[in-house]
Amino acid sequence: MSDSNATTNKAAAPPGRAAFHLSINNPIVRAVLAQLGVALAVALVAWYLVGNTMDNLARLSIASGFGFLDREAGFQIGETLVEFGPQDHYSTAFLVGILNTLKVSGIGILLATLLGVVLGIARLSSNWLVARIAAFYVESVRNVPLLLQLFLWYALLTEGLPGPRQALAPLPGVFLSNRGLKLPAPADDPIWAWVAALFGLGIILTLVIAAWNAKRQAATGKRLSLLPIGLGLTLGLPLLVLLASGGGAIDMPVLQGFNFRGGMTLSPEFAALLFGLVIYTAAFIGEIVRSGILAVPKGQTEAATALGLTRGQLLRLVVLPQALRVIIPPTTSQYLNLTKNSSLAVAIGYPDFVSIANTTINQTGQAVEGVLSIMGAYLIISLSLSFLMNWYNSRVALVER
Amino acid sequence: MNLRLGGAVALAAAYVAFTAVPAFAGPTLDAVKSKGQLTCGVNTGLPGFSSPDSQGKWTGLDVDICKAVAAVILNDTNKIRYTPLSAQQRLTALQSGEIDLLVRNTTWSLTRDAQGLDFAPPVYYDGQGLMVAKSLGVTSAKQLDGATVCVQPGTTTELNLADWFRAHNLSFKPVVIEALDEVNAAFFAGRCDVLTTDISGLAGVRASVATKPDDFIILPEVMSKEPLAPVVRHGDNQWRDIVSWTIYALIEAEEKGITQANIDAKLKDPDPSVQRLLGVQGDLGTGLGVDKAWAYRAIKAVGNYGEIFERNIGKKTPLKLDRGLNALWTNGGLMYAPPIR
Repeated sequence: MSDSNATTNKAAAPPGRAAFHLSINNPIVRAVLAQLGVALAVALVAWYLVGNTMDNLARLSIASGFGFLDREAGFQIGETLVEFGPQDHYSTAFLVGILNTLKVSGIGILLATLLGVVLGIARLSSNWLVARIAAFYVESVRNVPLLLQLFLWYALLTEGLPGPRQALAPLPGVFLSNRGLKLPAPADDPIWAWVAALFGLGIILTLVIAAWNAKRQAATGKRLSLLPIGLGLTLGLPLLVLLASGGGAIDMPVLQGFNFRGGMTLSPEFAALLFGLVIYTAAFIGEIVRSGILAVPKGQTEAATALGLTRGQLLRLVVLPQALRVIIPPTTSQYLNLTKNSSLAVAIGYPDFVSIANTTINQTGQAVEGVLSIMGAYLIISLSLSFLMNWYNSRVALVER
Repeated sequence: MNLRLGGAVALAAAYVAFTAVPAFAGPTLDAVKSKGQLTCGVNTGLPGFSSPDSQGKWTGLDVDICKAVAAVILNDTNKIRYTPLSAQQRLTALQSGEIDLLVRNTTWSLTRDAQGLDFAPPVYYDGQGLMVAKSLGVTSAKQLDGATVCVQPGTTTELNLADWFRAHNLSFKPVVIEALDEVNAAFFAGRCDVLTTDISGLAGVRASVATKPDDFIILPEVMSKEPLAPVVRHGDNQWRDIVSWTIYALIEAEEKGITQANIDAKLKDPDPSVQRLLGVQGDLGTGLGVDKAWAYRAIKAVGNYGEIFERNIGKKTPLKLDRGLNALWTNGGLMYAPPIR
């Protein structure tokens, strides 16, 4: 720091404050020096590690860089959300992996939350049996390693179900076998796009009406029952259009050769991973929900009861909104855990991002780049999730005035 | 499994990041001698090639190659540390210096050779095959359109499979599972129609895992060339020479009729090529950096190549494999040692 800086500082300092001295005895100077020292040390270590890695890789004749992403992958992937074949590039394979990870994490988070809330409430139930069953569930599930639970689910699904030629057919077009659950799917037909659009429109309309309804209730105290309106708009309208058009084409699964062709598939690998993640994480979320509910003062419940609210209304309108403030932050961690735990997929054959990146590493030898990609992908997913949850948390947080 | 694997990959990455460069400069031979121990990477459990028995002792064709190398350098087949490695861990483990030698039914390919590795001569010429249940009624791989195939990741197997089905314009669905036990379990539970790996591996799995081995057949199609060869790090030529010539010595011994049992009598054999091999005449070992009795010790420890084959995977073992391509060149096979002179 130069003298002129010190002078400026002195000039800017409000009257009555001590003048700035460039001396080791000055705590500000010491603090800045310490910070600089730490930053320098971190930079040096990073420089050494990166440089050394490059040297070692060069010595081992391993090419570095991400050029391999443009090469043909050559392997096949069992389940994909986007079109993929062996002739596609490694970058597409990575995309397939990330989408598969997002698919299982997204659905997992949704289901784990639902099951967790039910569990948390059940543990506080005044019904002895319900409370005990919930407690037993939580204690047994969260104390067994997730990997073992995944193996259990996978073994149950593959060993417990019959082969495709003896598949169970509970409904026409629905087949359950050790190749997974086969369902009829909408075939390639423009009518389905209309149905989907109407469904989306129905949701938007319902939300608008709900907002109007809330305003009206605040003003007049009158309230419309939303359930029939919502159902009619989201389900009834698309269904009417579908019926009016004479029904869309449906792709039915049929047994052909070794396996079913057509329709939608819920694979045993995906199902086992989803079950495992949901059941495991729900146990933790259940405990968080219970702690959140217990954190709401008893007076709130008593006041709500005194107002004549039903038990359902009490939970929905009084207890849960206040409990959410306690529930959200730890639940965010559980969501992050679920997402990261989905990488255990490799053990039971679900092609998640880690599984595909591992195959790529082995075929290209680009271990450092592969591991960096895995870390980068999880970092981005986790940070986005936690950003989203923090935003939601700030919305439900108590507004202090 | 995933955690262990992830750990291994991360460790290897960390190793590459933290280790100072000179660690790779020293020849492996000196390192093995000063440690007094050979660290050998092997399969986690492939009957006939490398698997631990009930007492935890490792046996198999690959294990015998490790023993032969240990006998040449350390004169003791017990001074080996076996490191069981998954298909995905193996190459990284060798590159990072965790093991000295990899003998883990690894296919020699250009990509791998160019990736900081060097290959010794193949110890088993294999090919990738497909195993199905007899009840499926399939006799040729060309009937497998739409089949579900269980496969382990990170191997040439996964690529050959996709190539073969592409070339024949057939569709398939892979189920890719990391652990060998789990992929076998999934196949025998009926999750997949087909199990694919090297034919020797299929025979091993059928013999050891299937409750009724006769219910399964290996289809006649051979989808690939799989020369299974020991692997060393690129750049240590002396080490690679020692491993290569140890294998050649075992092959040469079979050609000359030298066995574990008759080797001491063979020391008096007047054939000059036998005398050179066993170190009675000349000093061929010095050129390799070992002494002249190197080949004697290797053969004495594990027998010649034919003995190793028959003991571990031959007709009298549960694997019941034919010599086929692995017969001596004099019998129409590919096992051929360059002149040891």
